[in-house]
Amino acid sequence: MSEKSIFENISRAPTSQRASEIEAGPKGAIGGTVSVTIDGEKMKVPLGTTILEACREMGVHIPTLCHHEDLCIAGVCRMCLVEVEGMRTLQASCAYPITAPISIRTHTAKVRRARRHIIDLMLKYHYGECYACGRNNNCELQSLAKEYGVDYFRFGHPEKPMYEIDRSSHSVVRDMNKCVLCRRCVRTCIDLQEVGVLEAIHRGEKTIISTYLNKPLGKVVCINCGQCINRCPTGALRANDPTDEVWAAIDDPSKHVIIQTAPSPRAGIGECFGLEPGTPMTYQMNTALRRCGFDKVFDTNFTADLTIIEEGSELLIRLYKALVEKDESVALPQFTSCSPGWVKYLEHFYPEMIPNLSTAKSPQQMFGAVIKTYYAKMHNIDPKNIVTVALMPCSAKKFECNRPEMCDSGFKDVDYGLTTRELGKMISEAGIDLPAMPKSDFDDPFGTATGSGVIFGATGGVMESALRTVIELVVGCKVEDLFDHADIMPVRGFDGIRYVELKIDNVGPVPSIVSHLVPNWDWLKGATLKVAVAHGTANAKKVLDDIKAGGKFSECHFIEFMACPGGCLGGGGQPIPTTPEIRAKRAEAIYAEDSACEVRKSHENPAILQIYNEFLMEGPCGHLSHKLLHTSYTARGKYIS
Amino acid sequence: MITSTCRNLTFETIEPWAGLKRAMELGQAGIIREVTDSGIKGRGGAGFPAGVKWNLCAAAKDPLKYIICNADEGEPGTFKDRVILTDFADLVFEGMIIAAMAIKATEGILYLRGEYTYLREGLEAQLLALRVNKKLGENACGVKGFDFNIKIRMGSGAYVCGEETALIESLEGHRGEPRNRPPYPVNTGFNGHSTAVNNVESLAWISCILSKGSKWFSQHGTEKSTGLKLFSVSGDCDKPGVYELPLGITVAELLVEVGGSNAKAVQIGGASGRCVPAIEFDRKIAYEDIPTGGSVIVFGPGRDMLDVAQNFLEFMVEESCGQCTPCRYGNPTLLEGVQMLREGRCSAGYLKELVSLGETIQIASKCGLGQSSANAFLSIVKHFKEEIMGRAIGDA
Amino acid sequence: MNLMTQQERLRSELEELVERLGTERSSLMPILQEVQRKYYRISDYAIQVIADLLDIHPVEVHAVVSFYSFLDFKPKGRFVIRLCRTLCCDMANKDRVARQLCNDLGIQFGETTPDGKFTLEYANCIGMCDQGPALLVNDHVYTRVTPEMVNQIIVGCRQVFGLHATQQPMEQ
Repeated sequence: MSEKSIFENISRAPTSQRASEIEAGPKGAIGGTVSVTIDGEKMKVPLGTTILEACREMGVHIPTLCHHEDLCIAGVCRMCLVEVEGMRTLQASCAYPITAPISIRTHTAKVRRARRHIIDLMLKYHYGECYACGRNNNCELQSLAKEYGVDYFRFGHPEKPMYEIDRSSHSVVRDMNKCVLCRRCVRTCIDLQEVGVLEAIHRGEKTIISTYLNKPLGKVVCINCGQCINRCPTGALRANDPTDEVWAAIDDPSKHVIIQTAPSPRAGIGECFGLEPGTPMTYQMNTALRRCGFDKVFDTNFTADLTIIEEGSELLIRLYKALVEKDESVALPQFTSCSPGWVKYLEHFYPEMIPNLSTAKSPQQMFGAVIKTYYAKMHNIDPKNIVTVALMPCSAKKFECNRPEMCDSGFKDVDYGLTTRELGKMISEAGIDLPAMPKSDFDDPFGTATGSGVIFGATGGVMESALRTVIELVVGCKVEDLFDHADIMPVRGFDGIRYVELKIDNVGPVPSIVSHLVPNWDWLKGATLKVAVAHGTANAKKVLDDIKAGGKFSECHFIEFMACPGGCLGGGGQPIPTTPEIRAKRAEAIYAEDSACEVRKSHENPAILQIYNEFLMEGPCGHLSHKLLHTSYTARGKYIS
Repeated sequence: MITSTCRNLTFETIEPWAGLKRAMELGQAGIIREVTDSGIKGRGGAGFPAGVKWNLCAAAKDPLKYIICNADEGEPGTFKDRVILTDFADLVFEGMIIAAMAIKATEGILYLRGEYTYLREGLEAQLLALRVNKKLGENACGVKGFDFNIKIRMGSGAYVCGEETALIESLEGHRGEPRNRPPYPVNTGFNGHSTAVNNVESLAWISCILSKGSKWFSQHGTEKSTGLKLFSVSGDCDKPGVYELPLGITVAELLVEVGGSNAKAVQIGGASGRCVPAIEFDRKIAYEDIPTGGSVIVFGPGRDMLDVAQNFLEFMVEESCGQCTPCRYGNPTLLEGVQMLREGRCSAGYLKELVSLGETIQIASKCGLGQSSANAFLSIVKHFKEEIMGRAIGDA
Repeated sequence: MNLMTQQERLRSELEELVERLGTERSSLMPILQEVQRKYYRISDYAIQVIADLLDIHPVEVHAVVSFYSFLDFKPKGRFVIRLCRTLCCDMANKDRVARQLCNDLGIQFGETTPDGKFTLEYANCIGMCDQGPALLVNDHVYTRVTPEMVNQIIVGCRQVFGLHATQQPMEQ
């Protein structure tokens, strides 16, 4: 039930940077093949295949820099030049669709010299030394220099930095001294995310990637999603790294340092240690974290389950008010609020729709508040001595934990947000070989995770978890009766926008956990629950515009939004590089972990039942829940002062 | 104040609207055949056969097509389009109407460079008159179903917008950054529609070709470079101005015309053209030998060729769109090299590296302008090594 | 009108302009050209309003403004003098004209006089190569400029300025 047809992906990027579509339309649209000769070897490819794709097909390596699988074609770095027979100039293979038989040479003297010159020129303007760079050993410019045997700076090398490093953002650090102007970040920010923070300004030698009027990143409409970091080939964009502070807390004996780990980093961190994408490292990571010196290792999935209960209850309240009490002021559809990039996007670009946003905090922030209250009391630890660290696949989580309102425990609920990459670095620094670690479980009392929490990491996961719980609470049957193995396939996958309808034919009794909210379910009998899922803020924009225009999404009851393409597993804090293939493999790991879980529904998590029994005794959306687990938002608007 | 000296231009002798009249008789296919037979190639400098371009446009299945007149004349040393737009704008508009008939365009756009804003008022008045006379508008020229209008859009000071895809980007409201090709504007042009971009002079000549016949045109020039061409002549000569000469003329012959026979070199084609030294003055100005958009800058015996190289490179550094690596970073590197030569601290080895880099710029840059940005430097280094090497500061 | 803040006034004028020229992206250049002509700059606030009205991002408008030499977000003088510095004018002794301009205006190239009347800039080839040195004053072209003529040109501008001295452009 994907919703592709009415949402053609129209790119707003300059046409020069759009993918070249031949007259016949996109690749293969009219069928037919064309013959290509690459370095003397012949093959046939579908009409419209680019030279780069053809070369890759044949196993011929072509160096690239500005090219990225997630982004439209730029053809600006000129690294991928090849010689096409009969043409005077070299052609950028990434931008050349083959529409007639051609013969290509990929490493002639001209080609090699041109590529080497391009690297030499980039190095002439690239300030910094590789050994003093966060991207050392994971830098595309460095790799190219090695590939082409650069052993001196042919045209010189900057001795002084030209630009001040912009550290104004909690999430993203910009160091334009290292920028090679591939414009991946521009295409990411404008096309992929529709945020529009970065663009190339000026021209000629003075061209530079800039924010609006070169304002600090912390002052513009950046949503901190960090997708630009994931696609930056060099160290020009990176996350704001708090590892020194985290180490300092670990080293301080008076501090009780707790780390909560989100589902996506486990599916990605193996990549930092040379493992195949999608190699789950959950239990090895637990051991590694303890060896690093963290006092407790908790699973964020616990608060993911808590989020489902709180957000789900909120939805039920909204629906009851709207459908039974006919209260027209109720904002529907309700939007999920666990993706801090998405939340800030809404605050900037659609502030008028803030009432639709669930007031439930994200799992990260719920956990922080729970640790410094419930857990602190339970273990008799002074919360001021507790340091909570959140391991997240996300750069926006760094901003989120620094939101001034996120202090409901009486302290900063979450002290530091750590990305998957940063933890990888800490583990390496501690001399730990992650893949070789013995496995160990999470610490109690939040240890028992459910599969529902795990799948929060993939786009559609929050919706699937919510549906698993709503179906069982409302319909009173088992999810397994409706969906094989409780896998709600229609909300899974990587289509940008997905729409699902669920008819509620029967209703069951109201379970005790929500009995304080509604008297019965009769009002839902025969109703059709309409939900949707969108990932990547460009897709979010399409859905929001549709809602504003009164389109079909305006009739939805609940919509899951994730700022990052693929959801959290494609987050801005995940290992670099990112491609659709890598993200698909991480998703496999996440769904496999869900599948292997004994408990797979949030409302069946015993720790959840326990916290409502012992601590949040007024139940979901009760007074204490509201104080600790819910929040409010700021209408930021898009105007920049 | 702004008139340039012009000598015996064919344009002065053309009967107004005779070309259009004949075009209407010939019809779509006939016009394209006539233009193709004339052999006229783009007068802006790139030299793409106009007939082929129109044929591709005419073949494109697109209900919305555009004819764009490229009046972003920015090549150093070129001013003939300004003269044409000042004195013979009707010929250009006539050419655009003929083009619209040939390719079935619905809208014409004259992209006028911002530096020529003072021409706009006059051109708008002429367009208004054409609308009043029903040459433009619904059922234009009295042809039923031929709805065609021309509007003027201004540039804002960017040389690179003379490149047709950069021009289209600019029209679309973007930075003037050339696009990847393919696709070509004939298929995917302005707002994604089939678009023919023709130079001011090309369109004026096409009016003449329709009026006087393709044979009249192709009898001039050479086999591969047919017809007459306007040359913008400046620099160290007695009679600068606009000249109409047949293509295929040698540099020496041209110099005699303009009173610059004692020149030590001539820059043909502007900053993106090449520097021709005296020993090569027997070469022909034609697409097959020395191609040009018509810029001729004469250098007298006293000129310092390093000054020339420096001025052109400064121009390129400033005017590069900055999109692709070779042009963006390559030209400043060459310019640094010129500074080193000036100060006498450039080794022969490094000069060789620079020449090699210049050759890379020629073949690796994204657009035609980038590809020709190092031409002036390379030709000066090639022909004037003696003059530019081994200098001391203060040498001229 | 008096109750409107300058920002509100600018906004409503921009709305009118966009209404007239169109909200498509392809209207961006004409809009910016008009704003530059009218206000001698494209201000921060104007960029954001234009972006808003065209449903594009302010940084995209900034990117466009910064690309073109004739568009600027810094305020320019009422008269922008652009001296051609490309080869032919250079060969025709544009340096002497340049020095005289600096002397007579009391500013360097790239600067604006403190009274906001004149901005002095270089231009790349303005197509007067056979009649150099050439310069543009706003949209007017002057050819075969001698150092002596510089003063007359400036005086001429000041006289025009005097006539329109009451028409203060909007600042914000």
